Amino acid sequence: MNLTVTQVLFFFFASCAAGSALAMVTRRNPVACAMWLIGTFFSVAAIYTLLGAYFIGIIQILVYAGAIMVLFLFVIMLLNLGNDYEDDIRGTGWKIAAGGAGLIIIALLGRVFAGDLPRPLGNAAGPGMLAAAQAERGVVGLIGIPLYNEYVVPLQATAILLLVAVVGAVVLAKRKV
Amino acid sequence: MLLLQEAAHGAAALAEGNGFTPVLPWLIVGLPLLGFVLNGLLSVTAARRALPTLPPVGDPYYDHAHDDHGHAAAAPAHALAPAHAHAAVGAGEPSEQESLDHGVDAHPVDRAAARDEAHDAHGHDVHDAHAHDVHDAHDDHAAGGPKPFTHTLPSLIAPGVLIGSFVLAVLNFLAMKNAGEGARLAIAEGWSWMPVGNLHVDAALQLDPLSILMTLIITGVGSLIHVFSIGYMKEDPGYPRYMAYLNLFVFFMLMLVLGSSYPVMFVGWEGVGLCSYLLIGFWFREKANADAGKKAFIVNRIGDFGFLVAMMLLFWNVGALDFATVNQTLLAGGSGVEFAGPVITAIALFFFLGAAGKSAQIPLYIWLPDAMAGPTPVSALIHAATMVTAGVYLVVRSSVIYTMAPSASLVVALVGALTAIFAASIGLKQWDIKKVLAYSTVSQLGFMFAAVGMGAYVAGVFHLMTHAFFKACLFLGSGAVIHAMHHALHSTHNPADAQDMRNMGGLRKYLPVTFLTMGVSTLAIAGVPPFAGFFSKDEIIGAAWLGAEGSSHLSGATLFGIHGSTWMGVIGVILSIAAFMTAFYMGRMMLYTFFGDNRTGDQERKHLHEGDWTLTLPLIVLGILAVVGGFLNVETHVPIVQLFNFGQGEALHHWLHPVLAGSDDVIAQNVGRLEEPVHALWPIALAIVIGLGGLALAAAMLGRRRLQTAEVQPAYQGGVEKTLYNKWYVDELYDRVVVKPVGGLSRLFARFDMGVLDWIVDLFGRLAQMFGIAFGRLQTGQVNTYAFVLIVGVLIVLGSFVAL
Amino acid sequence: MNEIPLSYSLGLSAILFGIGVAGVIVRRNAIVLFMCVELMLNAVNLAFVALSPYAGVEGQVFVFFVIAVAAAEAAVGLAIMIAVFRHRESVDMKNFSLLRW
Repeated sequence: MNLTVTQVLFFFFASCAAGSALAMVTRRNPVACAMWLIGTFFSVAAIYTLLGAYFIGIIQILVYAGAIMVLFLFVIMLLNLGNDYEDDIRGTGWKIAAGGAGLIIIALLGRVFAGDLPRPLGNAAGPGMLAAAQAERGVVGLIGIPLYNEYVVPLQATAILLLVAVVGAVVLAKRKV
Repeated sequence: MLLLQEAAHGAAALAEGNGFTPVLPWLIVGLPLLGFVLNGLLSVTAARRALPTLPPVGDPYYDHAHDDHGHAAAAPAHALAPAHAHAAVGAGEPSEQESLDHGVDAHPVDRAAARDEAHDAHGHDVHDAHAHDVHDAHDDHAAGGPKPFTHTLPSLIAPGVLIGSFVLAVLNFLAMKNAGEGARLAIAEGWSWMPVGNLHVDAALQLDPLSILMTLIITGVGSLIHVFSIGYMKEDPGYPRYMAYLNLFVFFMLMLVLGSSYPVMFVGWEGVGLCSYLLIGFWFREKANADAGKKAFIVNRIGDFGFLVAMMLLFWNVGALDFATVNQTLLAGGSGVEFAGPVITAIALFFFLGAAGKSAQIPLYIWLPDAMAGPTPVSALIHAATMVTAGVYLVVRSSVIYTMAPSASLVVALVGALTAIFAASIGLKQWDIKKVLAYSTVSQLGFMFAAVGMGAYVAGVFHLMTHAFFKACLFLGSGAVIHAMHHALHSTHNPADAQDMRNMGGLRKYLPVTFLTMGVSTLAIAGVPPFAGFFSKDEIIGAAWLGAEGSSHLSGATLFGIHGSTWMGVIGVILSIAAFMTAFYMGRMMLYTFFGDNRTGDQERKHLHEGDWTLTLPLIVLGILAVVGGFLNVETHVPIVQLFNFGQGEALHHWLHPVLAGSDDVIAQNVGRLEEPVHALWPIALAIVIGLGGLALAAAMLGRRRLQTAEVQPAYQGGVEKTLYNKWYVDELYDRVVVKPVGGLSRLFARFDMGVLDWIVDLFGRLAQMFGIAFGRLQTGQVNTYAFVLIVGVLIVLGSFVAL
Repeated sequence: MNEIPLSYSLGLSAILFGIGVAGVIVRRNAIVLFMCVELMLNAVNLAFVALSPYAGVEGQVFVFFVIAVAAAEAAVGLAIMIAVFRHRESVDMKNFSLLRW
């Protein structure tokens, strides 16, 4: 089998991601779940890098693993869920249902992805085109320039969204004074 | 030959309708309607003011007051009445409280009746301390002051509109008379009522000799009865309502006779049925009265069904429903309806079913005796002079149809004759004076139907007219008698029945005018010349004999295999016997009421007296008409009496000739020339013998009989007597054969409806409920479950895309 | 970079998504449930990034937005859970079934 280094690395990180995800779903300790999720995020970030989406990969680590998961852990700790935690996985029937649903989803999605996917940019497009664009604009510019030119409105909207989220979180979580 | 030409000419003129100009025809119909509206408004508004709260049911003054049926259940009334201190009676104004308690409609301001008041004040003084009871109703308590809205106005409006209509009718009659023989038809168009496809029914009035004659009778006799009602009903709290209903009735009746097509006639037909119900059940707080009204209406409806079917058949086969077009089409023969065919026979028979319901023939006569529960003027107007004659009018109006269906005609004649004798037999043994007259009406209607059934349309209309005169006179006279008896019995608080002949006797001393007019009318109905009834009845029975000899167009027809001439001979015999019975029971009635010793009671006798002019004037007028009315259609071959004719004999026959021209045409086309009738004199002699003989036999058998009052007089013992008294148990038979099975069937259907159908409907409700509960369980509140269901949905959608 | 076949990346995305689905169904702890949702979002991000060489840079721009929105959502959602915890002393979903039949 002729595998390049990239492909080997990909398989490695893919199995890490999948395994971490499985572990996350099956742990009882919420803290353990969080940690495994962080593992998944790191693996996925690695895969982003392998795919050539450097900026997204870094952002994944910074924001997802670094901010969001930290927030999760803060909350878990705040609610003191790490210690006497009860068994919070549903019964056997539901486990079977969940497993079945998951497998069917994977199968269906797999069938979809295995078929012909639409190519909006034509058959010539591919990783090479991405690399060329990246070389021309830079890693950050690849995303930054479209963001601030064509997609400035969603950008501003997202900014407002974040502001609202911050305010909302503060309001919701604070004790009544 | 001449007859044929005349017939053709008349028919053509009638069809063309190039007649005289009618004088305000719509006003003839519209005035009574206006009267109804005004009186109705008065009854709704003013009466409410006069009697703010209704007394409880069973209140002696309000409910029993006018129970013409008698006061059998009078006893409980005593307990209910509040004790009243009667103020000193006289002309003094009563206190407000008293007038309210008494019902403010006690008496109008018309102090012309002071004579009555003074009279009763006498008796009343004696009973000052008594509580109100049944009999106080008619007593003249101190009058409650002027009552313009509830008494004066209706008394003016109701007879006023009638007299107005009568005047207009007379004007139209004169215009018609002056227009000459061929021009006596006018159609006053109203509006296009039902232009539907091929059917064009207009709301229009038809003025021709027949309808104007009926209009004169209705408005003329009606006016007299309205005047009578003023005196008779003035003490009743529902006086404006009564006048409103009377006017409404006249309006509908006029629509019936003046309509130019069967549907317009049917509007009037049903309307008079409705008014009959309203007026029979006028004192509806007594259940018996309300039941009588219901019975009348329901039996009438059975007849209405026949009328409707006939109309539909007529439209289906002929294509039109107005009289002119129907007659033309049938005569021309273009519609495919054959002479004596099944279609025309069916139409004729169904129309007769309608007529049997409205005019109380066998088997639908049962409502008329019960209808005596209504006020007596109502009986006079509706059940003697007008509504019950609607059936006869229908047959005469449809003379073309009946002439084209000889077997149906014979059926009509036969049923009429049988009814005549059947009802006469029941009348022989009745004690209630109004019941005698009721059965007499049924019997006389039978005569009329026998006449028109035999093709003697003019004789039937003639008898209708004379019967209106003398029967209205008889009913009003009995009303006057009952009025006097009420006064007398109430003055002594006697609970006896004021209508029972056993309580009367020797009244000719106390009620001379009533006695005279009723006597004249009795002679008329018995068929004694030269009074009215003799001529009309003789013509009918004479037509039967002529038909038996072969001079009628029906003589050759067959019914059930027997020749028409044979039938008509049988009919002649039956009618003669019925006439004999008529004379007998009318004589019996007069004997028991007016002759012999008075059985009312010593105390009561002092209070027997005539009513005021409103009661006696109509009686006198009708009495005169009962005497001279017969001369309108004297047959030319009767000697002597031609002196009194209007220049030519058989005036009515000539007058109605254009209307019956169509029927004559049918005879000419299909039956051919008829034999010239040979007018013998023996039928006239026979009629005179029957009339006088019946009266004489009554006088001989019953003259010396000593009757006792109703409570004491022994009841009928024998089988025949009891059967006749109990009306041949027909009501009981109907109850057993029709009413109870229908009731049982209804209960069965009700059980089915409630049990099965409701169960099915409830089932849907229950199913919805079960589904609701079942599906409700899906909502567990668990987010995980919801997510699972959502994912299942996604799987399904995704799966369908992938699979496709 | 062009050596990783598209279908592999998409397949991984599918697997991660399926695992996330199973987790959502079977976990009762509200916070862990939320984390499984984040996992599903990540799987979608992976799919976007894998397709972006063939569909344009918009794929990665969209991932950027998804991450931002996920952050906002996480903040608010956790704030809500804190508030709920104050009432119920528990984040177990079986205690929050008041909207049942």
